[in-house]
Amino acid sequence: MAELTVDSTPPEGYAQPTQGGHFGQFGGRFVAETLTHALDGLAELYAGLKDDPEFKKELHEDLAHFVGRPTPLYLAERLTASLGGASIYLKREDLNHTGAHKVCNTIGQALLAKRMGKPRVIAETGAGQHGVATATVAARLGLACDVYMGEEDVHRQSLNVYRMKLMGANVIPVTSGSKTLKDAMNEAMRDWVSNVDNTHYIIGTVAGPHPYPMLVRDFASIIGQEARAQMLQQVGKLPDVVVACVGGGSNAMGIFHPFIDDADVALVGVEAGGHGLHTGSHAAPLNDGKVGVLHGNRSYLISDDDGQVLETHSVSAGLDYPGVGPEHAYLKDIGRATYAAATDDDAMAAFRMLNRQEGILPALETSHALAWVVENAPKMPGQTILVNLSGRGDKDILTVADIDGITL
Amino acid sequence: MTEADSTFGAGRIAQQFEALRSQGKKALVTFVTAGDPGLDFTVPAMHSLVAGGANLLELGIPFSDPEAEGPAIQAANERALANGMTLAKVLDMVAEFRQTDSVTPVILMGYLNSVLAMADFPQRASQAGVDGLIMVNLPLEEGAELQRALKAVNIDVVWLVAPTTSDARARDVASNASGFLYYVSLKGTTGSGSLAVDEVAERTRYLRTLTDVPLCVGFGIKDAETARAVSEHADGVIVGSALVQLMADSADVPAATARLRAATGAIRQGIDA
Repeated sequence: MAELTVDSTPPEGYAQPTQGGHFGQFGGRFVAETLTHALDGLAELYAGLKDDPEFKKELHEDLAHFVGRPTPLYLAERLTASLGGASIYLKREDLNHTGAHKVCNTIGQALLAKRMGKPRVIAETGAGQHGVATATVAARLGLACDVYMGEEDVHRQSLNVYRMKLMGANVIPVTSGSKTLKDAMNEAMRDWVSNVDNTHYIIGTVAGPHPYPMLVRDFASIIGQEARAQMLQQVGKLPDVVVACVGGGSNAMGIFHPFIDDADVALVGVEAGGHGLHTGSHAAPLNDGKVGVLHGNRSYLISDDDGQVLETHSVSAGLDYPGVGPEHAYLKDIGRATYAAATDDDAMAAFRMLNRQEGILPALETSHALAWVVENAPKMPGQTILVNLSGRGDKDILTVADIDGITL
Repeated sequence: MTEADSTFGAGRIAQQFEALRSQGKKALVTFVTAGDPGLDFTVPAMHSLVAGGANLLELGIPFSDPEAEGPAIQAANERALANGMTLAKVLDMVAEFRQTDSVTPVILMGYLNSVLAMADFPQRASQAGVDGLIMVNLPLEEGAELQRALKAVNIDVVWLVAPTTSDARARDVASNASGFLYYVSLKGTTGSGSLAVDEVAERTRYLRTLTDVPLCVGFGIKDAETARAVSEHADGVIVGSALVQLMADSADVPAATARLRAATGAIRQGIDA
């Protein structure tokens, strides 16, 4: 592939978040007092490092030689032809080491942990991709690693659990509450509050208390920086629409952020519609949630009239989360991005289509973004869609086989 | 940011600390989760805590995601929610308690999302007879607006200070203190580990130089002995998880109230000794 020069300057017309970590009314820092000091320290360290040439070089070298970046931008010709509308380009994040974009964030945060001299990292994980990505960087840097994972997800994602263990991480099943990602995050917060002196908490998405939504976004933004440069280099123009799935929203923020100043580029996030928005059985807070506070930030949240956080549903463990990154809430409210939802069934159909027509096995999370493409590309002749193919679906094979009634 | 008007202020919390100080006594602050282990336990439990020697009552607002709690209070939250608890019912319980006790301060403790979900919380809490609010996940920077709204109805927001809180930050928190200042005695979740009395003494000595607002210490105080040791360095001690566990292990309301009264009495004696 031709040499790719990416522009890593943040969008000029859009300076978010504020000093206190607010994106409009969203974001902020809603945590136990014990954690404030660590968050201040992390924010300060990151502010000093993010433009430091040595840090950037170290990060770049890891991304190039350990992760295998840049990832390709790929024209999905058969899919484009069969949908008969927009040209569909896939940003191949499934080709990252470990199989998803998540490792770009964990590499960045592990380098921060190393500079803080913390010998231990912890993480929460839903689908297991972030857990795998954390276990990977911990193994590489020789850090102790504990990963919290809802018991339900431990069963749903057994392959990733075993991968983490192979890399020396300790996977701790969480049995409280709904036994999924949100409870894993609660448990990770409890661990961190108890071990804050020697432990760095690698949050895996653009949520959590400030500075996490900002720093996870920044580390994930390599996706959009590359994709933007590749569109200009390979296609000669920017896409009309950028589309990505949204659970916590890190892959979407990563691809959206470098396009925010490009007013002609529409940004579309696709949430997990589960059994359908009208059923209430989904994980789509931007479509059907209310403003609330959970896990350190203010954002849209699926909760009841008493403020209790409700259990969510998605076929995809990685999207099965009641909250969403605060920057997405802000982008929704200012109208810069729009947020759709795809049901389990639509995502499954798109999953099968990409397998059959492109020979690519997408993650079930990613398949939600593809479902939007399947629905909308036919109505967009002459236009160009850029899809964040955020991860590969090897981890989901057992789930899919199960849906098909097949025991492997 | 609001400033504390005087050392004590005007409400029940201030009056209680003033009375205790004049008697040369330290405050015993107790915590139980509202609606746990059954809806009918809470009001009798509150009265028996007072009868056993508690001076201020903290009542936990059950929340689906109590991210700073240890196992005992997590389980209490789950039980209470399974019993159908809501913030509105917590307020009803406070109002019922107030029918026969108009003196003992009641402080609600919980997570911000519960309070955000009730638009007229300040008015309703005030009418029910609530005197203070502790929000586990609300640091000073994010809480100014809520503190103002509650001050207008004479409810104190009680801020927490942790072992990791820097001196500069502790000064900010102390200058906005109302009701009392809650020193979190260990890095961890509620009810966890064991606290180091020397470290608590050192931090509370520093906090003392910052404010005259009463200083209470909580997290990890399980027995009379620790309560006594800690109370030497504070105006009050807070006991929670141990009492919550005791209630969970009680078969019915009479058993729970008898055990709460005895346990509180033992801690009271320890502090007064």
